[in-house]
Amino acid sequence: MKFSENWLRALVDLRVDRAALVHGLTMAGLEVEAVTPLGDGLQQVRVAEIVDCQPHPQADRLRVCRVEAGEPSPLSVVCGAPNARIGLKAPLAMIGATLPGGVAIKAATLRGVESQGMLCSARELGLDADASGLLELPEDAPAGMPLADYLGLPDASIELKLTPNRPDCLGLFGLAHDVAALFDATLRPPPLQAVPAQSTARREICLEAGADCPRYLGRVIEGIDAAAPTPIWMAERLRRAGLRCVNAVVDVTNYVMLELGQPLHAFDNDTLHGDIVVRHADSSERLILLGGAEVALDPQFLLIADDHGPLAVAGVMGGQSSAVTATTRNVFLESAHFAPAAIMGRARRLGLHTDASHRFERGVDPELPARALERATALLLAIAGGRPGPLLRAERTGDLPVRAEVRLRRARLAAVLGLAIADGDVERILRALGMQVAADGEGWRVRAPARRFDIEREEDLIEEVARVHGYERIPALRPAGELALVADSEERLPVNALREQLAARGYHEAISLAFVAAGQLETWQAAEGAVALSNPLSADLAVMRTTLLPGLAQALIANGNRQQTRVRLFEVGRCFCAGTDAPVETERLAAIAVGAADAEQWGAPARVLDFHDLKGDLESLLALGRGVGEFRFDAEGLAGWLHPGRGARILCGGRTVGAIGALHPRLLKELGLDIDVYGFEIELEPLRVRPLPRAGELPRFPGLRRDLAVEMPQDVPWAAVAASVRRAMGTRLVEMRLFDLYSGQGVTAGHKSLAMGLILQDRSRTLTDEDADQSVRETVAALQRDCGARLRG
Amino acid sequence: MDAFNTRIEQAQAEIAAAASLEILEALRVALLGKSGFVTAELKALGALAAEARKARGAEVNRARDALAAAIAARRAALEDAAFAARLAAERTDVTLPGRRGERGGLHPVTRTLERIADLFARLGYARADGPEIEDDWHNFEALNFPPQHPARAMHDTFYFGDGRLLRTHTSPVQVRAMSGRRPPIRLIAPGRVYRSDSDQTHSPMFHQIEGLCVGEGIGFADLKGTLDAFVRAFFERDFEMRFRPSYFPFTEPSAEVDIRWDDDSAAPRWLEVLGCGMVHPKVLENCGIDAERYTGFAFGLGVERFAMLRYGVGDLRAFFENDLRFLRQFAS
Repeated sequence: MKFSENWLRALVDLRVDRAALVHGLTMAGLEVEAVTPLGDGLQQVRVAEIVDCQPHPQADRLRVCRVEAGEPSPLSVVCGAPNARIGLKAPLAMIGATLPGGVAIKAATLRGVESQGMLCSARELGLDADASGLLELPEDAPAGMPLADYLGLPDASIELKLTPNRPDCLGLFGLAHDVAALFDATLRPPPLQAVPAQSTARREICLEAGADCPRYLGRVIEGIDAAAPTPIWMAERLRRAGLRCVNAVVDVTNYVMLELGQPLHAFDNDTLHGDIVVRHADSSERLILLGGAEVALDPQFLLIADDHGPLAVAGVMGGQSSAVTATTRNVFLESAHFAPAAIMGRARRLGLHTDASHRFERGVDPELPARALERATALLLAIAGGRPGPLLRAERTGDLPVRAEVRLRRARLAAVLGLAIADGDVERILRALGMQVAADGEGWRVRAPARRFDIEREEDLIEEVARVHGYERIPALRPAGELALVADSEERLPVNALREQLAARGYHEAISLAFVAAGQLETWQAAEGAVALSNPLSADLAVMRTTLLPGLAQALIANGNRQQTRVRLFEVGRCFCAGTDAPVETERLAAIAVGAADAEQWGAPARVLDFHDLKGDLESLLALGRGVGEFRFDAEGLAGWLHPGRGARILCGGRTVGAIGALHPRLLKELGLDIDVYGFEIELEPLRVRPLPRAGELPRFPGLRRDLAVEMPQDVPWAAVAASVRRAMGTRLVEMRLFDLYSGQGVTAGHKSLAMGLILQDRSRTLTDEDADQSVRETVAALQRDCGARLRG
Repeated sequence: MDAFNTRIEQAQAEIAAAASLEILEALRVALLGKSGFVTAELKALGALAAEARKARGAEVNRARDALAAAIAARRAALEDAAFAARLAAERTDVTLPGRRGERGGLHPVTRTLERIADLFARLGYARADGPEIEDDWHNFEALNFPPQHPARAMHDTFYFGDGRLLRTHTSPVQVRAMSGRRPPIRLIAPGRVYRSDSDQTHSPMFHQIEGLCVGEGIGFADLKGTLDAFVRAFFERDFEMRFRPSYFPFTEPSAEVDIRWDDDSAAPRWLEVLGCGMVHPKVLENCGIDAERYTGFAFGLGVERFAMLRYGVGDLRAFFENDLRFLRQFAS
């Protein structure tokens, strides 16, 4: 909420300066978001009247004005503003003035004509953003008067960032109550006396909405002049609160809303038919709102209606057909109480947010309607004339909100704050906030004023005491009490160990948005089970990712566009998939790689990245946990994004937990990539299992090494070879290393040659050469049988 | 005798001049070997009379020892020289870069998040987690946001068709962690959260850390002390800090914490870094905890905010663009 500092000061007798006020508000939970000083540097600016205005002889756009500004004779001022005209009252910066923007006014000759000052726009004076022309002052503004005196300057526009629990401060007089309590100052209430009726004009008011509208006050005022100008003091206060003048009636209702916090509505009385009814809408009803938008209603909406139908959405916005205009002669003023629950969310459903709905859905003091109506009536009569009718009142007193008595226990207050506050201070604070306080044995019984919708239980009072007493006076301690030793299981690998491992192997961690375009998942053939947002920010961010890889690929492409040719990225994050009940969230780790196998260097020849580079990176992760041997790689049944010959499913305990390989060339093409890209994605959970190491007895007898070179058809997988060797050698085989893989010259076409080192060892005795040779013979036979292999010479 | 001495002197000179171990060895054989000159002289002693043999023997032995010593010394010198020559030949350019030395790195958000979680682990806060797709109860209602309440407008929420939503804060983890557990509870819940808001200072996805401490006799003073210590430990700096009254439906009293930020780029200013408060008794009750017996505090902070301040990141969006030039700055 934005307001004029001077207006607030008119409502409370404050003896602190602006800085102290702003600090005090902020530290009491009424955060000041912005302070805009107004009218500093206007010492030499005066109200001036243009008494003559002629075209400049040398310049089409300029005019030469003679200006009455309290000097012995009119001044000559050259002016380019389009609205300069005879009779206009406007601000004149005198020679010697320095305006808020730093412009110093000097005597000047403009294209041969002397100019003795500058006629100013609102922007030039730092009062407003409007620079379209001279600031037009009312006709009765006294020429020669210092402008600051005339406009009530200097002042400041103060903007509060009010939290939803403090609607009582959405009116300046409500805010003044808090300010009075904070600074121990005296309130200066605005005049709220009842206005005597001068006519008998009335309308019946029927309350048919139960507790949703327990109080509705109205008044008919006849014979007003809605086109009467709004006085400068009111226009300025409205403007400094961010509101524009519309007409006398609207300005008065806005003014009273800002001052007291009670939204009012004015109907053109001549457009109403019969009684005013407050009721819920039915589903067939429609209403054209102010501004022209037509809305469909339903029983959720509270309506103000007459015999002909809906007039206004209660607490939100009025209808166009009954709107007050400059030609309105007779008005019906509404000042009502609507229950917050009856207004909450209704404006949003209509795509609206209005000053009225903002206040009503948070809670408006139910005692305000009468005061606000009297205040508005008095102001309207003063500005626009007219004959007021009697104050009309319809009430369901049983449905009015009641402030329950809330207990505040001394011990609880001290326990929750960690600070004992003296009884006298507690009572002083609560009373200053307008609460009724009665001491009882353990503390106090407190009743909050009607304007405080946020005081329902003990904690609410504790907060009030704490914030006025000052949070800064609460000491900073450390919680005492038992301190549990929090230990993660050693059998669970920290995710960061996996991250660090990949970082050590050259990968950078990426974080991508968890929502992607539906089409992107389709491109990756990963759209199955994707869950869609109902209100995405854009179509590009419409569904939750089912895989991390598209995000990484996007990052890879973006980096490629920035001349990064060798990219290694990984990401840890959740993927989402529709489940039988709730969506299933699976934490995954994915990596993507493009560019040379190694960073460009002098020490090793450049090599093209391949499947086994990626597999090596992945295996370095597997080795941190349950071990490479616990995972199996299967070239069958691949996901659609994988190259059919260069990809694998990753299995653990018989379950597919991930995939690794080259991106399918078709996918690469769709992504606009013409370079091989490799990636893997694996569930995080299987990676995090880390069995506790168990120390075994070290072998006491030396081992023997035998190297074996065999040739076999190209398509025999290494896994089959290794399995055959293991079976043949049994427990004696303690280590097997593949150290060469070759095909080409010297090897039968369609065949490959494998060379492996085998370490044999026995737990109970020293193996002899004969033992080893026998084992190797059996192994060669097994390989021949299982893999069609033959020993190489 | 002169001939002997002359020969020995000549031998000494040859030894001193021997240019290699091979030449030296040949000299040793020629002098001291089985059929060497000195050996032959010794053998010849037998032919002499006893008196002369004694004197002559002493002389030859002396010469032999002197030659052996000279040879040993020369050998050592030659070996030293050869070793020095080898070392000289084995020089490498130590300024060349090492092989295969490109390191990656962790994301600054991860780094910040882990650091914060570690700091709290030292105070006994266990890590807790919850789903990112939440239901209305855990994200709002249990946290004392009634349906349609204006406080919900502070959270721009992404919804799914079935009424579920993407959690707008990590606070629902409080509810999950407290339900069915008894205090004392100290937990820290880091994670991703979502708001439908995107501009220079808002990302639709970001990271929060929720902290919760519930027990007997926990008060606002403990909250102040804990966060005060944490902020100073995280930034490794002494700050002016202030706790400013604020409003969150799930805490009361509530506060926002500002630090007096003073860097070279701008005038000192108050920066809001986290929100906190005493856990609202309604929340404790919603989780089945006796709000009369137990009290507690909760706090929530934006990880990106802390990372931006800590590392001088100017634009929030940089965290999610995955630009390697940005990420490489955090490889160390």
